[in-house]
Amino acid sequence: MSKHTAKEVLLNPIFNNNPIGLQILGICSALAVTSNLQTALVMSIALTLVTAFSNLFISMIRSQIPSSIRMIVQMVIIASLVILVDQILKAYAFSLSKQLSVFVGLIITNCIVMGRAEAFAMQNPPFMSFLDGIGNGLGYSAMLIALGVVRELFGAGKLLGIEILPLIKDGGWYLPNGLLLLPPSAFFLIGLFIWGLRSWKKDQLEKPAFKMAPQVVTKEAY
Amino acid sequence: MSSKKESTGRTLFVALAVSLVSSVFVAGAAVSLKPVQIENRLLDKQRSILSIAGIGGANLSSREVKDLFASRITAKVVDLETGEYSDAYDPITFDPLKAAKDPQLSSALRGSDDIALIKRRERFTTVYMVEQDGKLESLILPVRGYGLWSTLHGFMAVKGDLNTVVGFGFYQHAETPGLGGEVDNPNWKAMWPGKTLFDDSGKPVIQIVKGGVDPASPSAGHQVDALAGATLTSNGVDRLLQFWLGEQGFGPYLAKLRNQGV
Repeated sequence: MSKHTAKEVLLNPIFNNNPIGLQILGICSALAVTSNLQTALVMSIALTLVTAFSNLFISMIRSQIPSSIRMIVQMVIIASLVILVDQILKAYAFSLSKQLSVFVGLIITNCIVMGRAEAFAMQNPPFMSFLDGIGNGLGYSAMLIALGVVRELFGAGKLLGIEILPLIKDGGWYLPNGLLLLPPSAFFLIGLFIWGLRSWKKDQLEKPAFKMAPQVVTKEAY
Repeated sequence: MSSKKESTGRTLFVALAVSLVSSVFVAGAAVSLKPVQIENRLLDKQRSILSIAGIGGANLSSREVKDLFASRITAKVVDLETGEYSDAYDPITFDPLKAAKDPQLSSALRGSDDIALIKRRERFTTVYMVEQDGKLESLILPVRGYGLWSTLHGFMAVKGDLNTVVGFGFYQHAETPGLGGEVDNPNWKAMWPGKTLFDDSGKPVIQIVKGGVDPASPSAGHQVDALAGATLTSNGVDRLLQFWLGEQGFGPYLAKLRNQGV
């Protein structure tokens, strides 16, 4: 196994190995919570904390976990952390937790958390695993924040609820693009981001999974 | 090492230990944060009562909500059987939803009576009043009923004439976002104020209709356009209003209020 340096572990997932951009994980919540920047930010923080601490705890007991029940042990730890986050949000940010509704709870099933636990924390020491969790959380956050900014700015003319582009209906000049507030727009935007990312970092291009065989008959029947 | 780690006893021990530690954390968080959460839920309810009654602006701070609620709104417990006010419970701490689950304080509804699909109706509930110079300005009634996926909990605010809607909205539901969830849409809620709930005999005639309200029709004042793509939620809202405004709900109380004035 190759040695990881702390910097690599922390920063690689942001652009070089982005969980949404390269691994295509965690798309569901990225569609659902990014219609405004505030919920995107809270979701990012919640997921980063859960990934970091689940990695930390799992790594701490990794040599004790019998392989036959390792998944369920990981799930128990992740689920407990998510409930903790959900309870704290309900207590200190009630209106936000109402907006995020089920999506905080669904962090449990977010493939990024489980994926990092299984792929990294089970083989690496606690501190590195913690950094890896933070790093992947940041990668997810970077994508969510980018989506949140584009969707709220062009969909509602605001950022964090503060008006940036004055809307026509309030006497301004900007006609908002309502599509951006709907979940499908996040699909288009994620697609565009992935396109941009892979044009910039060519090594992220994947080989086509299927290639059409060349035509055998050169001339079609007339 | 590896054989010892994989043994059955060890597996059981690790499973037990992890569950135990996790449950201590989760239970600890749930218990210690409960008071703050209850406070939040109460505040949220008060905020929605204020907004449905049209008091204060949209972005009140928690402090302002508490102050406005305390200064403008009077809560009273009503006996739904007799329609009288009751002193048996403190309106601040009384929880009608809890009472609806208590067989002592509620009655089961038979199939044909239970049009709002709430199964049990509490005997006592809390109503909220906005009074100005001793006169009733608006009356806010709690309503609830089943939509498509969930019970919708909300408030209906009527003017002092006990007929004209001031505001109507839900503070808790789990309908499909974008379809039934549009009960929260401000545009839909804006169609309610000014509608009238009852005919001259005091029968609830408010209705949710599909395909838009014809403004020329004589009953347009009792009709509200249904939510597009959410027939079952719209039907649920229609039925819960019929229930709570009817004889099983606030009927006797409203009749009493109408007769004696406030």
